[in-house]
Amino acid sequence: MRPEKHGQIPPAGNGLPAHLDPGSTPEQPDFTLTVEENSMLDGAQGPAVAMAMRVLTALSRTLNAPRLVEITSAHIDSCLYHGQVSLDFAERLVHLGATVRVPTTLNVGSVDLLHPSLVKTDTPKEQEVVSRGRELMAAYKSMGCTPTWTCAPYQLPGRPRFGEHIAWAESNAIVFANSVLGARTDRYGDFLDICAAITGRAPYSGLQATAARRGEHVFDCSSLPAAFMKSDVAYALLGYHIGKVSGTKNPVLTGVPVDVSEDQLKAMGAAAASSGGVAMFHVVGVTPEAPTLGAALQGNAPLQSHVVTAATMTLARQELSTFHSGELNAVSVGTPHASFAECAELARLLAEGGPIHPDIDFFISTGRATLDRLAEAELLEPMERAGVRLVVDTCTYVTAVLSPKAKRVMTNSGKWAHYAPSNIGVDVVVGSIEECVDSARLGRVALQNNFLGLGDAS
Amino acid sequence: MIEGTAISGGRAVAPSIRLSEPLSFWGGVDDAGDVVDPHHPQFGEALAGKVLLMSSGRGSSSSSSVLAELIRSGAAPAAIILSQPDAIIVLGAIVAAELYEIAVPIVVVDPADHARVPDNTVLSVTTGSGDAVMSWT
Repeated sequence: MRPEKHGQIPPAGNGLPAHLDPGSTPEQPDFTLTVEENSMLDGAQGPAVAMAMRVLTALSRTLNAPRLVEITSAHIDSCLYHGQVSLDFAERLVHLGATVRVPTTLNVGSVDLLHPSLVKTDTPKEQEVVSRGRELMAAYKSMGCTPTWTCAPYQLPGRPRFGEHIAWAESNAIVFANSVLGARTDRYGDFLDICAAITGRAPYSGLQATAARRGEHVFDCSSLPAAFMKSDVAYALLGYHIGKVSGTKNPVLTGVPVDVSEDQLKAMGAAAASSGGVAMFHVVGVTPEAPTLGAALQGNAPLQSHVVTAATMTLARQELSTFHSGELNAVSVGTPHASFAECAELARLLAEGGPIHPDIDFFISTGRATLDRLAEAELLEPMERAGVRLVVDTCTYVTAVLSPKAKRVMTNSGKWAHYAPSNIGVDVVVGSIEECVDSARLGRVALQNNFLGLGDAS
Repeated sequence: MIEGTAISGGRAVAPSIRLSEPLSFWGGVDDAGDVVDPHHPQFGEALAGKVLLMSSGRGSSSSSSVLAELIRSGAAPAAIILSQPDAIIVLGAIVAAELYEIAVPIVVVDPADHARVPDNTVLSVTTGSGDAVMSWT
């Protein structure tokens, strides 16, 4: 028997070319296209638009979306090389004449185009990733995407406004756009992102609709020490915790200081999207759909309520870290890409003390737009002189930037800590930006005792 | 024989393999189609050319790219039988069909029927008009 729930998936087409279609094309009462959208699908607007529309409509049926929605911007994650298929897909679209029809930003690629020697090409695999990765980045640029090469498009001018429907890929950008900007995007990823940009449409599903944006798990943070809640790493740890508990449900936080910064919310969302599948959170009194707890919950009772304690945060740091003391080889901060304010804070900390230990590689990942601003503000040169290497256009855990000898790495990022051990085979310890700088100077892990009022770290 | 819904069309005749937990293709499967996620109960199993039975996928949307790449290189499962629709998996199959004209059927059957599909048995999977039929002897 076909289950009732699945019976609504209209069977037509499946997005396949006609010769692969499993059968005839019956009526699709549950999924409708406008006249304009049908003309896109029929090829009246060119073969690239038709191909993008085939992918979009096939996926919409799987998602049970009733229709498509017009979008005002797109953010593309498909520009990171995952194999020959990445390039084949982009080049097919380019060959068919694809151009994007909404403002479209590009996520990180596999290469730092401004500092190409930073990415290693010692092995055949690394050489393939760099040369094909570079071709892939060029293909997306040629479709009219803006070569922003950043995972933090919300740091750029012209970001989406409250209530706008958008199609963003990259989990940290998705959660920031939904939660902090109040724009609406579902969880889009590889292939779908560029199809949305080419058609100006996305499936009307998931977080595009109001009901799916309601808060579900409530986390009371009011007992966490004030000093802790001012730090960067607090939000990495909070994000890790709420993601682990909530999974793909929407967390709501109460008791967070109302002057929490966008950089702190960025860190929290990125970690929550890594440890769980969080694509939307609310901070009561801070984020736009949460003026009150009741508003965040859309009048519903919470699914579950939790109290976050100092002990919870200490445990989160222990779980995210694979080592806690001793030898250190490298520091990597700026995941997601460091903002201008975060870079300026690092420059300030570096100016306050001695040089970085010669055995430590210190990386900060940021966007090329921020790099320009740092140069203008005369902060770039002092950071480089202090021994910091600025990585742009890519990130230190998606491509070969770290030395193969760098096995023990410190970060202030919950996302980096979550992914780097499996992606690039390193051990990781999580610390605040101050602890990162202190440790880099010392050449070994230096965690503060009674860390920000949480008690001893180890 | 069990019926289901084809969310991407195609046909396959191949031995089945059942995964007891959802799998992320990104970070969970290598270039040869073997399970390399050390936390997964079927760590080390080969999926290439098999009819893969699992409840759903898991994790990163980069799994769409990984599945499409496996289909391109010939190291993908011959068919995937799920118990709930999975947008990331179906997207990988849709794109591979577009680019390479290789149709890997992606089928959804309800959980009770899903549990009845035998492991380690040669299954025939056919799709038509959005329906799918799985049979074995």
